[in-house]
Amino acid sequence: MNFDAIVENLPLYLSGALTTFELLVISLLLGLSCAIPLAVLRSFSGSWASRLIWVYTYVFRGTPMLVQLFLIYYGLAQFEAVRASPAWPFLSSAWFCACLTFVLNTCAYTTEIIAGSIKSLPHGEIEAAKSLGMSRWVMLRRIVLPSALRRALPAYSNEAIFMLHGTALASIVTIMDLTGAARQVNSTYYLPFEAFITAAVFYFLMTLSLVALFHKAEARWLKPLMPR
Amino acid sequence: MLHGFLPSLIEGAGVTLSVALASLAMAMILGLLGALAKLSRWRFARGLAFAYTTLIRGVPDLVLMLLVFYGGQVAVNNIALALGHEDYIDINPYLAGVLTIGFIFGAYLTEAFRGAFLAVPPGQREAGLAYGMSAWQIFVRISFPQMFRHALPGLSNNWLVLIKSTAIVSVIGLSDLMTRGQQAAGTTRQPFDFYLAVAVIYLLFTSVSELLFDHLQKRFSTGVRKGQL
Repeated sequence: MNFDAIVENLPLYLSGALTTFELLVISLLLGLSCAIPLAVLRSFSGSWASRLIWVYTYVFRGTPMLVQLFLIYYGLAQFEAVRASPAWPFLSSAWFCACLTFVLNTCAYTTEIIAGSIKSLPHGEIEAAKSLGMSRWVMLRRIVLPSALRRALPAYSNEAIFMLHGTALASIVTIMDLTGAARQVNSTYYLPFEAFITAAVFYFLMTLSLVALFHKAEARWLKPLMPR
Repeated sequence: MLHGFLPSLIEGAGVTLSVALASLAMAMILGLLGALAKLSRWRFARGLAFAYTTLIRGVPDLVLMLLVFYGGQVAVNNIALALGHEDYIDINPYLAGVLTIGFIFGAYLTEAFRGAFLAVPPGQREAGLAYGMSAWQIFVRISFPQMFRHALPGLSNNWLVLIKSTAIVSVIGLSDLMTRGQQAAGTTRQPFDFYLAVAVIYLLFTSVSELLFDHLQKRFSTGVRKGQL
């Protein structure tokens, strides 16, 4: 094992870790904020909106994220209309396409997680809200969403960790994230063990911090709801 | 349609399916061993299984695959050189892919199987013990068949994630569905059409798997009483 080259390239790894972190935060934040309204619409079962959202989540959860990334980054460029459109500067950038793919992907999974959590709410909570004469919107804001979002925390923490691992795909479309840094170090010095193990350690630490963060969130928001 | 690339895509789909099934077989063996280790009385086995599941679940599959593929290359050649073998040995991407994916999903299945073993009432095992069965007989005749029903939902989820994970073997040069799609996209300059076709084939795989697992779930739950709400 020869870790001299790794120490020399530590700045590269650190900037890669920062890129990974940015990708993760952007995709999780945007994905979650799109998923909440979609999950509410999705849980009105029988409506056309619910069916449409089901198709979206089914397709995005049924295909690999790598295929989605290639479809958006390489695929869209096939059309003259896309290349001539004002959105082209964005759609031709690897960074934007990676973010777009990650947001669409995590939004699909999160929508299903929150919709499932809304569906499995204790019916007493909804009946109580109705008996107090709350309108649908008030009931949603005061009762359904706070309760459903708290109950979705354990499943969402898994999704966040999967997303962290998913951001490694960005390195395939030339983004210098943590995996990209490791691949560059490997191809420059031909030190596969050292290069990839260093990246793995970084990812592992990031996963541990995510787990700790969600543990705290669960203790704060979910524990008080649980029977003692 | 698809400029005559359809046979190539179908061939690639076969490779993808074969990688996925081989990895699943390996993952199920590792998962069973891991679950038994986690539930064993032996502290060392519990520690080992804990380290395995924690480490694997903390690192992206792509990084592990690159580590196994490029690292394995170096390791195999160093060992071969030490044994007096002069030729350069290439690692087979199929083998590297199956080993990596099997190893990763073994960790996820360990958790699924552990929960399933715990869901079998302890009285079942004790009854087997009372009949004078050996530990192996209890496992084969009593614990395993009952545990499998509880493990099915976890198994089905992990299989769906696994088959999608196989797309990354294209990065280490295996000629799977993804690689075939890339080749066709490069040749015809119609990337959208071909990546869409690849996506449709993956969607077909996951949809059929879901139907199959629904059927299995029904079969394995025959005779199970359900509470009425």
